[in-house]
Amino acid sequence: MSDARVAGTRSQWLTVTGWRRLLRDQPLIPLTALLAFLILLLELTKPGIVSPNWVAVTLRAAVPLAILAACQTLTMLTGGIDLSVGIVASMAAYVAATQSTGQGDAMAIVIALLAAALVGLANGVGVGVFRVHPLIMTLGISLVVLGLLNVYQLAMVRAGVVLPEVIVTIGAGTTLGVLPNNLLVFIPLALLIIVGLRRSGFGRLLFAVGDNPIAARLSGVRAWQVLIVLYVLSAVLAGLAGFLVAGLTKTASLGLVQQSVLPSVAAAVIGGTSIMGGRGGFGGTIVGALILTVLTTLLTVLQMPEAVRQILFGGIIVAVAAAYARVTGES
Amino acid sequence: MTATASARSASGGLGESIGRWRGRNSWTLGLVGLFVLLLIVTRLLAPGYGAAQIEALAISVLPVALAAVAQAIVVMSGGIDLSIGPMMAFTSVTAAVLMKGQSDAFAVAVVVGVLLMGVALGFINGALVVLTRVPDIVVTLAMSFVWAGAALLVINTPGGGAADWLKAVIDGTIVSDWIPRALVVLLLVVGLVWIPILRSPLGVSLYAIGSDRLAAFRSGVGVGPTKVAAYVVTGFFAAAGGLALTMSTGIGTPVPGPYTLQSVAAIVLGGVSLAGGRGGLTGPIIAVFILALVRTDLTFIGVNPNLSTAVQGAILVGVVMFGAVTAYRRKRR
Repeated sequence: MSDARVAGTRSQWLTVTGWRRLLRDQPLIPLTALLAFLILLLELTKPGIVSPNWVAVTLRAAVPLAILAACQTLTMLTGGIDLSVGIVASMAAYVAATQSTGQGDAMAIVIALLAAALVGLANGVGVGVFRVHPLIMTLGISLVVLGLLNVYQLAMVRAGVVLPEVIVTIGAGTTLGVLPNNLLVFIPLALLIIVGLRRSGFGRLLFAVGDNPIAARLSGVRAWQVLIVLYVLSAVLAGLAGFLVAGLTKTASLGLVQQSVLPSVAAAVIGGTSIMGGRGGFGGTIVGALILTVLTTLLTVLQMPEAVRQILFGGIIVAVAAAYARVTGES
Repeated sequence: MTATASARSASGGLGESIGRWRGRNSWTLGLVGLFVLLLIVTRLLAPGYGAAQIEALAISVLPVALAAVAQAIVVMSGGIDLSIGPMMAFTSVTAAVLMKGQSDAFAVAVVVGVLLMGVALGFINGALVVLTRVPDIVVTLAMSFVWAGAALLVINTPGGGAADWLKAVIDGTIVSDWIPRALVVLLLVVGLVWIPILRSPLGVSLYAIGSDRLAAFRSGVGVGPTKVAAYVVTGFFAAAGGLALTMSTGIGTPVPGPYTLQSVAAIVLGGVSLAGGRGGLTGPIIAVFILALVRTDLTFIGVNPNLSTAVQGAILVGVVMFGAVTAYRRKRR
């Protein structure tokens, strides 16, 4: 009996179908292997680079990306995407930094998050109520926010840009010299998202709306409500990521997080979340964010220009998305 | 159901066929009306607005108009191309770098070569969409970064040059002061390429796969090849848009402009359904002029120029929302 099962498992491992099933059902295993391979490659390229300190630096850089990728993961589960995360994150950091002198640190953070939630509400209403394609909606809203921020920047030119102390401490600081403080924000958040997606009603609704919107509607799901809450949540997460990036770089500007938008989509796609909706999870996304961070380090060590990084990222997204499309058989 | 029946019963008589034409093109006719209205408003706001300004308007919208044409074709076939802006940047810098300090004859070869390059870029986009079976949006979003990176590899900062005859092609007016050369070039390029395609079996297939892929497949349309063809034509027009950028500025800029977004706004306002299978090229071209005039008018009435980005975004979102609502009502009726 048990022999038969072992034999069955073995033959499964040796066939193409077995590999396909592995990639489809347990994407974390091949992804972690890929991550280990990249770290090995990095160590071979520049011996001695991988150290506890390097791990801390990598984690600290990967956390904001992973949070932005959480926005993409959640929206992609419903068949959407949130391309406004870059400007929303930059906005949150900039608003917090400009309001902190006048309003105090805590109030500045609250104002910044409220502004982010407002943008998310606009996205959610457009996607949920007016049925605008999420991509168009979030891109259009990012233009609106960018324009308004330009005006805001001119109005706030006198108020200095001072980041609240707590943002710098959490974003850039480390505990005991190795443990990045931003993990304090990230670990509870990640657990909440992973468990929430599996166990909470809202998590199941996201899968339901993304997997089969008609069935979800017939079962009494009000998709527009789910979508509005989702996009507000996504914008607030983006705002948090913006704080962490600002704390890490100790700056706040309107273009601060803009270049992380595509990597955030890439991390979610690599992590096995389907842009068609209904399939994916946050665990894979975290590994995806780590893979991209290590890859960036590798390209920097190899002294590749920014242009090559862009080309490679684009190529990787297509390749990985194609691989997933093959194994899952969706079209 | 009733609409088809009444259309069939109305298939006789000249008056009725004119009525039918009007019914089918009501959206475009509305756009023409809106455009004329905006021209009148502009004239009232700035009494000096005349032939010279129209000429400048035609030159400035040429790249956007070609981008909108490119986007319209791929969207009508049921896809979407988010890499149009970066493709324009890539082809524009390539043209500018190759042409700098070269002879006029060489510039002709560059123009042909860059248009072929657009065809190749479009072919890569289309082939990837068809072969990988990944949604169009993901592939072209990823490819937009590939093309933008490639443009940066060609040249890092704005530079290069354009042949004098090429700049002269879109400069000035022809026959009358009121007919800008840029507009004639636009209509010629679009007409010479698109009308033959529209009249060929390919045109029918393009609309067929956009309207219902499965039905098209069952009727014997090669869905994959048709889709690749749509992306190829889109790539061609994106390259033409890139050339127009080089022509109007005299240099190449590696950082993509907001052309992808503007093209989407223009086609939606122009009556092309984002769901595919519906629309034409006349609407999007008029829509580009309308959007440009709105921007001009906003400056005339003294709106903060920093807000113009916000207004552009709001127009895009507003237009798509409006389009979504009308499409929904049309479906219910």
